[in-house]
Amino acid sequence: MNKKATLIVHSGDLDKVYSAFIIGLGALSMGMDVSMYFTFWGLERLKEGKLDKAPLSRMNMFGLGRWMIRRKMKQAGVASLDKMLKDFVELGGKILACDMTMEIMGVNKENLRNDVISDYCGVGIYIKEAMESDVTLFI
Amino acid sequence: MAEIKVDCINETCPVPLVETRKALRKAFKGDIVEVTGTHQSSKKEIPMAMKSMGLELLSIEEKNGVWIIRIRK
Repeated sequence: MNKKATLIVHSGDLDKVYSAFIIGLGALSMGMDVSMYFTFWGLERLKEGKLDKAPLSRMNMFGLGRWMIRRKMKQAGVASLDKMLKDFVELGGKILACDMTMEIMGVNKENLRNDVISDYCGVGIYIKEAMESDVTLFI
Repeated sequence: MAEIKVDCINETCPVPLVETRKALRKAFKGDIVEVTGTHQSSKKEIPMAMKSMGLELLSIEEKNGVWIIRIRK
């Protein structure tokens, strides 16, 4: 059986979502099974058209910091979040959305990217998977 | 047996690793995947990934900052 990585994406900040996808993709590329659980602010990123419409966790400066970081990333040739999400799904990574958070944040399934979400779930499913995992992260 | 070429020149983390994995998933057993790149960490990481997946690393070469890694599925 493959080794497994389970990530919680609690933050919706651009830099942290980037980190989550880079780690998730790295683990898939190393032959692991990967699940990413999106909850709270992370769920915002799964809304239609909102994947990279996010502030930075620090030095956002009303969007100026975000603009600067994105420019630097482009210069360095960093892949876009769109490409990373597409590759993640293509390599068999699972995207899960927390249904309890959806309820309290007033998010409906119709507003979310159902083309990439493999399931909706609660904490029990996460814990069950985390128990079988070799790597777990809370981002 | 096919030979699949993956061009990752000027691509940065984690693209070379990811593109290698994508090519290997599409390849058939016995096919050769040849990855070319310039990102230095990836040159170390791709062989590590091959080891953890139990795939055969055929060769690693580097000339003028461009490395070529050959893998057999």
